[in-house]
Amino acid sequence: MSAPLHRRWLAVAGATAAFALIAAGCTSNTPEADDTAAAVAPAAAGSNDEPGDKVTIAFSGPAADHGWLGAINSAAKAEAEKYSDVDFVMAEGTNDVSVQISQIEQFINDGVDAIVLLPSDGAALTEVATKAMNAGIPVVNVDREFSDPNAARTTVLGDNYGMGVSAGEYICEQLGGTAGAKVAEIAGVDSLPLTQDRSRGFKDALTKCGLKVDARVAAGFTVETGEEAASELLQANPKLDAIWNHDDDQGIGVLAAIDAAGRDEFFMVGGAGSKNAMDAIKADDTVLKATVIYPSTQGADGVKLARLLAQNKGMSDLVDAAVPRTVQLYAPIVTKENVDEYLPIGFAS
Amino acid sequence: MSEQTTPGAAVPGRSVTELAGDVPVHADRPAQAPRRGLLHGPAGRNLGLVIALLAICIFGVATAGERFASPENALTILRLASVTGVVSIGMTFVIIGAGIDLSVGSVIGLASVWASTLATQTMAQDLNWGVMVVTALAVGLCAGLVNGVLIAYGKVVAFIATLAMMVAARGLAEIIAQRKTQVVSVQGFLDFFRGDLIGIPTLVWIFVLVSVAGWILLNRTTFGRRTIAVGGNPEAARLAGIKVKRHTMYLYALSGLGAGIGGVMMLGRTTAGSSTNGLFLELDVIAAVVVGGTLLVGGRGTIVGTVLGVLIFTTLSNVFTQNNLSSSAQAVAKGVIIVVAVMLQQRIAGRTPAKT
Repeated sequence: MSAPLHRRWLAVAGATAAFALIAAGCTSNTPEADDTAAAVAPAAAGSNDEPGDKVTIAFSGPAADHGWLGAINSAAKAEAEKYSDVDFVMAEGTNDVSVQISQIEQFINDGVDAIVLLPSDGAALTEVATKAMNAGIPVVNVDREFSDPNAARTTVLGDNYGMGVSAGEYICEQLGGTAGAKVAEIAGVDSLPLTQDRSRGFKDALTKCGLKVDARVAAGFTVETGEEAASELLQANPKLDAIWNHDDDQGIGVLAAIDAAGRDEFFMVGGAGSKNAMDAIKADDTVLKATVIYPSTQGADGVKLARLLAQNKGMSDLVDAAVPRTVQLYAPIVTKENVDEYLPIGFAS
Repeated sequence: MSEQTTPGAAVPGRSVTELAGDVPVHADRPAQAPRRGLLHGPAGRNLGLVIALLAICIFGVATAGERFASPENALTILRLASVTGVVSIGMTFVIIGAGIDLSVGSVIGLASVWASTLATQTMAQDLNWGVMVVTALAVGLCAGLVNGVLIAYGKVVAFIATLAMMVAARGLAEIIAQRKTQVVSVQGFLDFFRGDLIGIPTLVWIFVLVSVAGWILLNRTTFGRRTIAVGGNPEAARLAGIKVKRHTMYLYALSGLGAGIGGVMMLGRTTAGSSTNGLFLELDVIAAVVVGGTLLVGGRGTIVGTVLGVLIFTTLSNVFTQNNLSSSAQAVAKGVIIVVAVMLQQRIAGRTPAKT
C-alpha cells in the first residue's frame, strides 16, 4: 500500500505547487488574459509547446446542455487545434452513461494515445476508464472524479468547496460586523456532490465570521428553476443582506425574479463565471456585485496534460519529471475591480 | 361548428348532447348507475381538492403567518403557477379526449428559443414585439398539429408520438440556441409580460383568461361536448357523427398552442430563451391535471379541478420555502399529495373510477 500512498503525497504536493502554474499556463494561451496567480512568474510557452510526436487524443464529455459545459467542449477543442502534433477526436456529448462507456470502448479499440474524459457520472465510468488504463492508454479525468483514483493517470478538478469558501469570505468581508445580517443561498441541483461541496464551503466560511445561511433554496442550474426558486426565496424573506447564487446560468432567472420583486436592499454573488455575469458586474447596475470562477477551461487543461502524457513529457514548470496525479484549479472571486482580467475566460451562457 | 353535430344514422334518436353528457358513455356497460346527490357532481369531485388546498394554506398560515397570508405572496404563488396552469388547461382537453401529451415541456423550450433568436428579436425590435409572441404561438401550434396528425391519421400511439416530439423538440431547441441562453432585450416585450394591470401581474391575467376560455370551451360549446364524447367512447362518438380523427388532431393542436403560450410566458418570467426551459414541466402538468380529477382514460375532467391541482402544487412549494425546508422533503410531500388527493376524490365521489 505504500506505493499509492507515496504517490498520493506526491500528488498533493504537486497539485499545490502546480495549480498556480496551471492557471497561468492555461490563461496565457488566451492573448488578453492576465496571470491569475500574480505571485508566480508567468509560465512561458516553454519547449513543451514545440511540436513533438504525433499523438491522437480522444475526448468524451456529457451533453453540453448548459453554458458551462458548452464552454468546456469548445475550449478543449480550441486548445487541441493549437497543436499541429495533436489529432483530436471528439465524441458527441451524451448524458447517457452506457453511450459514453461505448465511446470509451471505441477509443480503446482505435488505440488512441490518450483519453480525456469528463464523465456524465464518475462512478459509472470508472470501470471502462480502468480498462483503458490497463490497455496502456493514459486517462485524464476532468471535473467529476472516478470512484477509484487508479482509473485515471491524472485528474483535473475544479474546487467546489473552494467556490463556497470564496463566496462566503467575500460576503463576510462586505458585511463586516453587521449584526444579524441575513444571508441566503440559492443552490444548484441539490443531489449532486458538487452542490453539497459548494454549500459546505459557504457555510464554513460564513461560520468563521459569525454569520450563517439564514435561508436556502435549491434550483436546477436552469434559468427557469433559478427564477422560480428566487421568487419564492424573496417572498419568504422580506429583508436580506446578501445572496450567494451557485450558478450564473440560473442567475439570469434569479436576476429576473429579483427585478420582478423590485428588491435591491442586498447584494448578490454569483458562481461559475459566465460572460453575462461579468458584464453585469462590470456595468455595476444590478445587485450582482461579484462571482466565483469555476474554470470552464478544465477540459482544455485536460487536453494539454493528455498531450504531455502521450508524448512522455513532464510539466516543464515543475522540477518533477512526470505530469502530476491531481491538478486542482483555483476558485477566485471576481469583482468590479478585477473583472477585466477574467472577462476573456468568461463563458457565453 | 353545429353542422357537424347531426347525429349519425346508426344511433337513431340519440343526440350528441345525450351521448356526450356529464357521465361518460360506455357502450359495453349498458346500465349506467344513476347519479346520486350533489356530492357526485363536479362540485363534489372538486371538494377533495379544495380541502387539500385549504389544509396546505392553514399549514402555511400556522407556520409562516403574515408572510404567507399576504396579498403579495398570493400573487407570487399565482405568478409561479401561471405557466404550468396555462399548459395544464390544454393538457386537460387532451387527457379528457383519452390522450396524453408528453411533449409540452419541450415545446415550451422550443417556442421560447425560437421566439428569442437573434433574428426574431431583431425583427421584433424593428416591427413590434408581437412578432415574438406570434412566433412562439406558431411554433407551439405547429408542434401540436404534427402530434395530432401523427396520432389521428398516422395511427401512432399518443404516448409514443408525443414522446418522440418531446425528444425531437428539445433537440431542435438545442440546435437553434446552440445550447446557449438567449437573453431577451426587446424592451416592449419585457415591459408587457413583466408588467402588471391594476396590481396583478400580466402573467396571472393570462392564466385567468386562458382558464376562463378553457372552461367555456369545455362546458359551453360543442367542441367541449365532442371532446368528452371522443374520450368517453370514440366508437359511439364516431357513430354519432363526430369526426373523431379530426377532433383528436384539434385536441393536440390546442395543447401545442397552450405550450406556445407557456413559452411566451416563460420568456417573460425568466427574461431568457433557453433549451432547458420547461424541462420536466410535462410531469408537473400531468400531475396537476390528474390530481384535478381528470381521468387518464378519458371521458371525464374539469377545468376547475385542473386549476385547483396546479394551485395545490405551487402553494405547497411556497409553504415549504417559507419554512426553509429542503426540496427533497417537498418532493416527498408532492408524492403524498398526489395519492391522498386522488383517494379523497374517489371517496367523495362514492365510487372508484368507472374505467380503470
